Amino acid sequence: MIRYIRRAAAFCLLLLAALLVNAARVQVFEADELTGNSANRRNTIARYDQPRGNILVRTGGGDATATVTGSKDTGEQLAWERTYLHGPLYAPVTGYASQTYGTTLIENAEDGILSGTDSLLAPLPLWNDLTRGRQPGGNVVTTVRSAMQRAAYQGLAGRKGAVAALEPSTGKILALVSSPSYDPEQLSGTGSAVTDAWARLNASDSRPMLNRAIRQTYPPGSAFKIVTAAAALDAGVVDDPDEETDTPSPYVLPGTSTVLPNESSGCEKASLAEAIRVSCNTVMAHLGVEVGLHGMVEAAERFGFNDDGLRIPSGVAKSNFDTEMSDDQLAQSSIGQFDTTATPLQMAMVAAAVANDGEIAHPHLVDRTVKHDGDTVSQTSTRSYRRAMSPSAAVQLRRMMVDVVENGTGTNAAIDGVTVGGKTGTAQHGVDNTGAPYAWFISWAQSAGSATPEVAVAVVVEDAAADRADISGGGSAAPIARAVMEAALGQE
Amino acid sequence: MTAPTVDSPPPPLRLPKRRGVELSLLVGAVLISVYGYAAVGLAHDDAVPPDVARYGGGLGLLALVAHLAVRFRAPYADPLLLPIAVLLNGLGLVLIYRLDLETPSDTAAPTQLIWSTLGVAFFIVVVLLLRDHRVLQRYAYLSVAAALVLMIVPIFFPAVNGARIWIRAGGFSFQPGEFAKILLAVFFAAYLAANRNALAYSGRTVWKLQLPTGRVLGPIVAIWLLSVGVLVLERDLGTSLLFFGLFVILLYVATGRLGWIAVGLLLAAVGAFVVGSVEPHVHSRVEDWLDPFATIDAGQGPSQLAQSLFAFAEGGMLGTGLGLGHSILIGFAAKSDFILATAGEELGLAGLTAVFMLYALMVARGYRAGLALRDPFGQLLAVGLASILALQVFVIAGGVMGLIPLTGMAMPFLAQGGSSVVTNWIIVALLIRLSDQARAPRPGGPETGVIAPIAEDEQ
Repeated sequence: MIRYIRRAAAFCLLLLAALLVNAARVQVFEADELTGNSANRRNTIARYDQPRGNILVRTGGGDATATVTGSKDTGEQLAWERTYLHGPLYAPVTGYASQTYGTTLIENAEDGILSGTDSLLAPLPLWNDLTRGRQPGGNVVTTVRSAMQRAAYQGLAGRKGAVAALEPSTGKILALVSSPSYDPEQLSGTGSAVTDAWARLNASDSRPMLNRAIRQTYPPGSAFKIVTAAAALDAGVVDDPDEETDTPSPYVLPGTSTVLPNESSGCEKASLAEAIRVSCNTVMAHLGVEVGLHGMVEAAERFGFNDDGLRIPSGVAKSNFDTEMSDDQLAQSSIGQFDTTATPLQMAMVAAAVANDGEIAHPHLVDRTVKHDGDTVSQTSTRSYRRAMSPSAAVQLRRMMVDVVENGTGTNAAIDGVTVGGKTGTAQHGVDNTGAPYAWFISWAQSAGSATPEVAVAVVVEDAAADRADISGGGSAAPIARAVMEAALGQE
Repeated sequence: MTAPTVDSPPPPLRLPKRRGVELSLLVGAVLISVYGYAAVGLAHDDAVPPDVARYGGGLGLLALVAHLAVRFRAPYADPLLLPIAVLLNGLGLVLIYRLDLETPSDTAAPTQLIWSTLGVAFFIVVVLLLRDHRVLQRYAYLSVAAALVLMIVPIFFPAVNGARIWIRAGGFSFQPGEFAKILLAVFFAAYLAANRNALAYSGRTVWKLQLPTGRVLGPIVAIWLLSVGVLVLERDLGTSLLFFGLFVILLYVATGRLGWIAVGLLLAAVGAFVVGSVEPHVHSRVEDWLDPFATIDAGQGPSQLAQSLFAFAEGGMLGTGLGLGHSILIGFAAKSDFILATAGEELGLAGLTAVFMLYALMVARGYRAGLALRDPFGQLLAVGLASILALQVFVIAGGVMGLIPLTGMAMPFLAQGGSSVVTNWIIVALLIRLSDQARAPRPGGPETGVIAPIAEDEQ
């Protein structure tokens, strides 16, 4: 019996040994896989176990910054919840950081810095991997200027629309506004209040969570004529902008019997400059056809159309210019109709290209990221995005755009003592154009003491009062653009 | 059988009693538990819990009283058994207290402390009153009858979490199946000690397998049916596995016939397969074991087993530290069936290894008593009780770590569960008594301090 007892003991020992081996399997060999499982809440708990880093905007013209976010400890399992000081105003910049719905926009793109997991925050390389720890969240300093953001938001005054403003020479995004907006703080945390807010915001007809400045495209209408003009100048279709063109008015679209009318008078055989000043559809459509499909597609793509990879750091919706069209469609596309669509940011880039001698600096929203103690982690440098047109074409277009503001459809954007160039546009939307039309205004401004324009703006606003006339672009969108430019130039 | 008379002169050489060792180990066990208790408070509230002295004093008092009982009534008992039990129980209280901090509205540690006290009380009663384990042999059939009653009664009570293993009375619930373990071990040991030869050397031989006679086989089949019956009627996979494992081990030890193991495993496999495919509650446990993450893929969130594995994984080598883990995510059974996950997460593989080693030591000491005892009943009882501990640990620890399908069972001494704590204290008391008998100087025999080898075929 002794022998059998020993064997039974060995068997029990084997059972315990199996447990040890299995413990090593789960706790050591498979640990990473289990820890990384998306259903494992520990990562989430650790993430919200410390205050999130903040997102800052620039105040005034200098280096002064102010935070637009905060964190509060709720004492719940996912303890620290995101707060926003001016939620609706900065929502298109910050996005939301929700325990329930994750993150968007900068909260998403810079999440590693804000939540403290980014390896750049660690004192030593691989530190976080070794300690499985996180550093205190770092801060993200944006390029946005609070005065401009506020001017744009107040200018839209709750109407559906968006504003994007750039510094032409650097690509810094100075304002990014979408209206109507929402307060991202409603989505912070967990529980029924959050899910109700989410459901309400998503069900709302006014779509407050849509970032109209970078995620929504609109037909740009006549504002697109700047692109067509640049294409015509660079393709040699137009040598002298003040020379008459052989455009009849009205203009019959090539290959069809459709007549393209003008909203303004004096467009017959008008020069390019005149056509931009009073926004002649006929001339610009005709020029687009003369440049040809290939030339127009290339020109549009040099401005950033058809690029679905633009990140600022969040992804920007693709602005569209069709690559396969008949001539009549090309004619319509060349005046920003048919399938041509653009984000407000894209149209701000068009204005910025004119302002920056034809070069588009890569648009970006994050100026730098810093550790919680202020040490810089990374700094965004200016880099070229694309060359949209030759410098000479840019010079000629600047003159034409100034003419629009001084003597044309954009007089509402004029600022005393400042050189302002602009272009109006009106775009129909909805089935059979039943929706309220969108009024566009793109512009740039250069104060007297400056060598180059300091700001380029694009404004789009849904304006029920707008008629088909391009004047509406100047009527409702131009004043907003002017307010934003004034804020940029410190003339608040 | 009667206890041997103690009139013989003291032998020249005696085994040391080792009571001093036991006492110092007990001090260590209590100190470790108190340290853990303080660590939980420091991690959770940045302060030592105000009642740490009460906790330490209470545990120390229990240990001391138990030690005194052993010192006076079982002076030759194995010195490791009691300290290990105290340490595991103290650690269990720490872990439960730690989980209570996450569920302030539903605390279990105070109740567990009361049960532990009751367990130690039973321990003392057994050590004091049971002067010779062989007395138990007389009650073999009474034991099995009582065990049957205890196991059948819960069938008339409502199921809890799919298993009918509870008796509820006046807000007080308890699992009679826990006590049945001891009673069955006593019965098996007595029955097999009496029928060893008949089982080993009788019956026809069929294809190299010697079958026992029907007269002997009858009770065995009855036990098998009982196990399966428990499984089907009470949906208690763990207890069924335990009974069966216990029976097969004891049968092997008593007869030495591997054929029994083969037959046992075959029967167990058939039973498990049939029940596993037919019974939905058991079937789902098997499914969950095969793919713990199925519910995640199905979008229903992690199952308890997945949550348990997450907890173990988070622990890694050294653990998060007491009070710093999130094993409460496991949910309702975190303090009972899944208590080991908290140990795994907060103490890591290192701490878990220590816990397993404590169990292994306890089991080894039980077996050691069995080896040293001279009477078959004592040998079988010691082996049976030690095996109960080993099987319990294996079944529940293997279950919560994904080694075998999960079965509801309490981790001895660690888990929340009054019946379990009391039962395991009684098991330790019996092992104390058995080891005392094994190590005590034998009157009349040549006492050399070395245990005389027992011939293999000594009957």
